[in-house]
Amino acid sequence: MKRCRVREFLTAGGEEPRRVIQVRGLWVRRDGHTVLEDITFDVREGSFLGIIGPNGAGKTTLLRAILGLVKPDRGEIRVLGLGPRELKHELHHIGYMPQQVLFDPRFPVSVYDVVMMGRACCIGPLRLPSRADREAVLQSIADVGLQGLERKPIGELSGGQQKRAFLARALCLETSILILDEPTAGLDLDSQARFMDLLARLKEEKKLTVVFVSHDVNVLARFADEIVCINRSMHLHGPPREVLGSERLREAYRCEFDFLAGAGYGAPSGQV
Amino acid sequence: MARLPRPVRRGRAEAVTGRPSTTGKEKEEGLLAYGFAQRALLGGVMIAAVCSLLSFFVVVRRMAFVGMGISHAAFGGVALGLVLGLDPLITAGGFCVLVAMGIGWLGEKGRVHEDTVIGILFAAAMALGVVLVRAARAYNLDLMSYLFGSILALRWADILVMGLVALLSLAFLALFFKELLFIAFDRETAIASGLPVRSVDYAFLIFLALVVVISIKLVGIILVSALLVIPAATGMQLSRNFRGVLVAAEVAGITSVAVGLYLSYLFDVASGACIVLVLFFLFLLSYALSPRRQYMQRRLEG
Repeated sequence: MKRCRVREFLTAGGEEPRRVIQVRGLWVRRDGHTVLEDITFDVREGSFLGIIGPNGAGKTTLLRAILGLVKPDRGEIRVLGLGPRELKHELHHIGYMPQQVLFDPRFPVSVYDVVMMGRACCIGPLRLPSRADREAVLQSIADVGLQGLERKPIGELSGGQQKRAFLARALCLETSILILDEPTAGLDLDSQARFMDLLARLKEEKKLTVVFVSHDVNVLARFADEIVCINRSMHLHGPPREVLGSERLREAYRCEFDFLAGAGYGAPSGQV
Repeated sequence: MARLPRPVRRGRAEAVTGRPSTTGKEKEEGLLAYGFAQRALLGGVMIAAVCSLLSFFVVVRRMAFVGMGISHAAFGGVALGLVLGLDPLITAGGFCVLVAMGIGWLGEKGRVHEDTVIGILFAAAMALGVVLVRAARAYNLDLMSYLFGSILALRWADILVMGLVALLSLAFLALFFKELLFIAFDRETAIASGLPVRSVDYAFLIFLALVVVISIKLVGIILVSALLVIPAATGMQLSRNFRGVLVAAEVAGITSVAVGLYLSYLFDVASGACIVLVLFFLFLLSYALSPRRQYMQRRLEG
């Protein structure tokens, strides 16, 4: 029954492309101060939304609100046409990769075990993984290019490989929305580039909608279809060329944005 | 099966080892001919089996101090039972569950760090125990048996309770294993994926408290935390995957109980301490032989 509602939403006619995430006038208060203030935006199906903003701007809180982990004080969020209460049972449509997985490098689990965790909520309590679960896990590992490393302990992988394993974990369900919180933080440039290429390829192959938080203007300029800039309240919303070139981005960050020039956007005298 | 009557008066050595005295002739007839020895072995193996599995999560979640806090808090519960004339293990059970919930609740609120909460609660519970015991002039040998264990004085009723708690805990750990593993590895994503993380966490703490209480008979309040740490620590030396770790932990835990009980009988020393020393020896052995450590070293050396 419940699963049908998402499928209905995804297959129903009407406007194209559908808005898979709708945020309307979102306010979040925490410990007496406002973290997010009147945020409104939509994410269209199959698009790549970049969220940018300084540290402490509420980016992670926004992601958690979309996942239904933070209760809005005001406003409404609908994901796949569902409110937070219904979404609780439909989380297997959303893949989430948190900012940093702080795990003990000696934690005795293999890549396979980690990716299987992604299906834990889907298998349900009291039950063992079925053949379909095992196949989905192996497929997901192959998708991110880690085949052959299934039995390797997760702590012995390189940083880039670990990120790919966590991406595989986020993708091993019926994922249609992928939410990533600074997934390339801490990677060297080469690993970053490879991770982004992989993400772009998987997004096309699996027709994913991607919500991507990052500080990296270069990455967002290259991959995002749309960018939302927040610093407690929403400052800008639009395609990269408009947002990244805007004076108001500097306002949001309250500092000079020199490295923007490197992205080819916002260069002061139009040199590209 | 001969049922030994519970000793009414016990000698000094007996109070520490908790075992009815035997004559030299009986000793020659083989240990397992005694009902008390059979019960000790049966109870000990059940406790070792559940503690070893539990210790895996205690170690990977770095909850060693939680186990220690809960077990020491049991002293307050035992004292309360002795003073009120109730079964000390029942009051200790209630007390430990309360302390475990307190640790979970205060830790969850994030106002006080978890280790700080434990440091406060376990000291307070022990202090309460000391005050109660002094006030009731109950500082007697019975109390010592709770501090150091009295596995050889088990009755069949004790075995029944132990078996029930052990079975329930094993069932919980087995049925929610993948959830527990996910939470231990990456709590944030486990919450985001819709798992009932809070409920599983509280259930884990409650079962931890109950297992601590039944383990008090085996090794005593002071040494319970060893059973909740060393088996998995040994397993972690021997395997890089949780399946291997679990098998090694179970083997280490059960072996230490069997060998420890036998050694305590052979040398007439406290059984709880013997079990813990055997366990410690197994850990040292695993550390020395650790293929995992050798592998890491080889990697470092290139």
